[in-house]
Amino acid sequence: MAAVGKDGRIIPWALVTPALAFTLVFFVLPFVAMVAVSLTTVQGGGPTFDGYAQFFQNPSYRQALVNSLQVTAIVTAVSILLAYPFAWILAEMVPPQWQRLALMLAVLPFWTSYVVRSYSWLLVLSQNGVVNQALTGSGLLAEPLPMANTRFATVTGFVHFFVMLLTLTIFANLKQLSPSYRKAAADLGAGPIRTFLYVILPLTLPGIMVGAFLTFVLAIGDYITPQILGGNNELLMPQLIMMQIGRRGDFPLASSLAIILMVVVTIAYLACARWLKIERA
Amino acid sequence: MRATLRIVSILYAGAIYAFIFLPVVVLVLFSLQATSFPIPPFTGPSLRWYGAVLADARLTSALVNSLVVAVLSSLAATVLGFLAAWGFARFHLPGSAFLRGLITLPLTVSYLIIGMGLLVMFNWAGVPKSLLAAGIGHVVINLPLCFAIIYSQMGDHQVNIERAARDLGAGEGTVLVLITVPVMAPALFAAFFLSMTFSWDEFVIAFLLTRFDTTLPVEIWNLLRSGLNPKTNAVGSLVFAFSIAMVLLFELVAFRRRRA
Repeated sequence: MAAVGKDGRIIPWALVTPALAFTLVFFVLPFVAMVAVSLTTVQGGGPTFDGYAQFFQNPSYRQALVNSLQVTAIVTAVSILLAYPFAWILAEMVPPQWQRLALMLAVLPFWTSYVVRSYSWLLVLSQNGVVNQALTGSGLLAEPLPMANTRFATVTGFVHFFVMLLTLTIFANLKQLSPSYRKAAADLGAGPIRTFLYVILPLTLPGIMVGAFLTFVLAIGDYITPQILGGNNELLMPQLIMMQIGRRGDFPLASSLAIILMVVVTIAYLACARWLKIERA
Repeated sequence: MRATLRIVSILYAGAIYAFIFLPVVVLVLFSLQATSFPIPPFTGPSLRWYGAVLADARLTSALVNSLVVAVLSSLAATVLGFLAAWGFARFHLPGSAFLRGLITLPLTVSYLIIGMGLLVMFNWAGVPKSLLAAGIGHVVINLPLCFAIIYSQMGDHQVNIERAARDLGAGEGTVLVLITVPVMAPALFAAFFLSMTFSWDEFVIAFLLTRFDTTLPVEIWNLLRSGLNPKTNAVGSLVFAFSIAMVLLFELVAFRRRRA
């Protein structure tokens, strides 16, 4: 596989250097710059851990991280609980020739723009929106429920997105299982429920953990959904970070908060690493 | 037992489909609203708000900006990713695993942090906010993806075809253009297409790195400040239709390739 001719040493490096240089200049260097800026203050000077200290001293900043973790945990759990039975039905109950279509339909709203998808939920959940008008119109409720600009709205918007994503990954996981597992379980006398609990579920668990990790990482770093649907009643970390940049131009604090968020994600990765490896084996 | 399971399954799947489609149906339905609020009762159908979108120069220019940024940044990401994948797959390079890891590293970092890092660096270097800055950000998020897709598709049978070409006297450049690129075309196409969809939909990096001339998601975001508005529904429905068309096109091309 070695290169041909005397220019053999130059050509391979000429191929990989542009991508490497690009990554160094526009990914590694900005990250280093962000770390450096996080150690300064708006007034200049430093190095100081002032930005990090502010996070640990200010209860409302700490609350943002707590909110983010809570919302992300709820979203991850609810999404998996909703998506798993759905993926199972698509894989087991739908005739094979219709499965591709059923799956494509299930992820169709994936293709709306991210900003637009959150806005659509605002339409659905607003004071005079479809859900409230249906509930008050049918006499089930006297007063419309305040659903927009709440944690409920944020969670709903997130769950909508991740149910689609997890249905895809869990469906793929279920289809990969060889049918002989099920036959073996049946031969040994297990009914459908026992087969599912003791054979299918454990075999798909690594895939579920990968999906859970993906959900966690994508949800905790997202700014759009909480900002559009949750509003400013309760801040999540990305909202707090954007607020420092937008309103106050406080890059040092924003950088410190972003790095704290990254550390949290890294810890989650390390906690899941065991599962993420099992999947690959 | 079997019949009960069937009924429960149908009800459950129906409920999930309803949940998944509810916002999209509401979005599209009220984009056809004749009056000024996208809330029930439905007063349409009317194309009034689609007219308003097409007459809005800010939105139409943002649409063009988004397309230009998506095409150029995806092209750059695909070319850089392809060259690197070719280099790493065909030649033994010292530290190859580490360097490949470096190229794919941005996949693990959230868009917000990538955007912030670029903002801080450009700010420090005195580079003004622009579409070019946002485009660079999109190459950062898409290069690892393109590299990973193309690298994973560089199999051994392609090495043999390339070797045959070299044996017949072709230089590296000829091999690249006449053998490698055509053989890798499906992977290149998939990488380019995925990049396009990510760039087209990307918000936070474009939001942080552009100012006056901006991309469509950011311009839609600006529309949201005026509250619920059927015009937002209309532009959202158009974006949705465009994305569906792209997906269908992709399916069609991929399908034809599979048959050919």
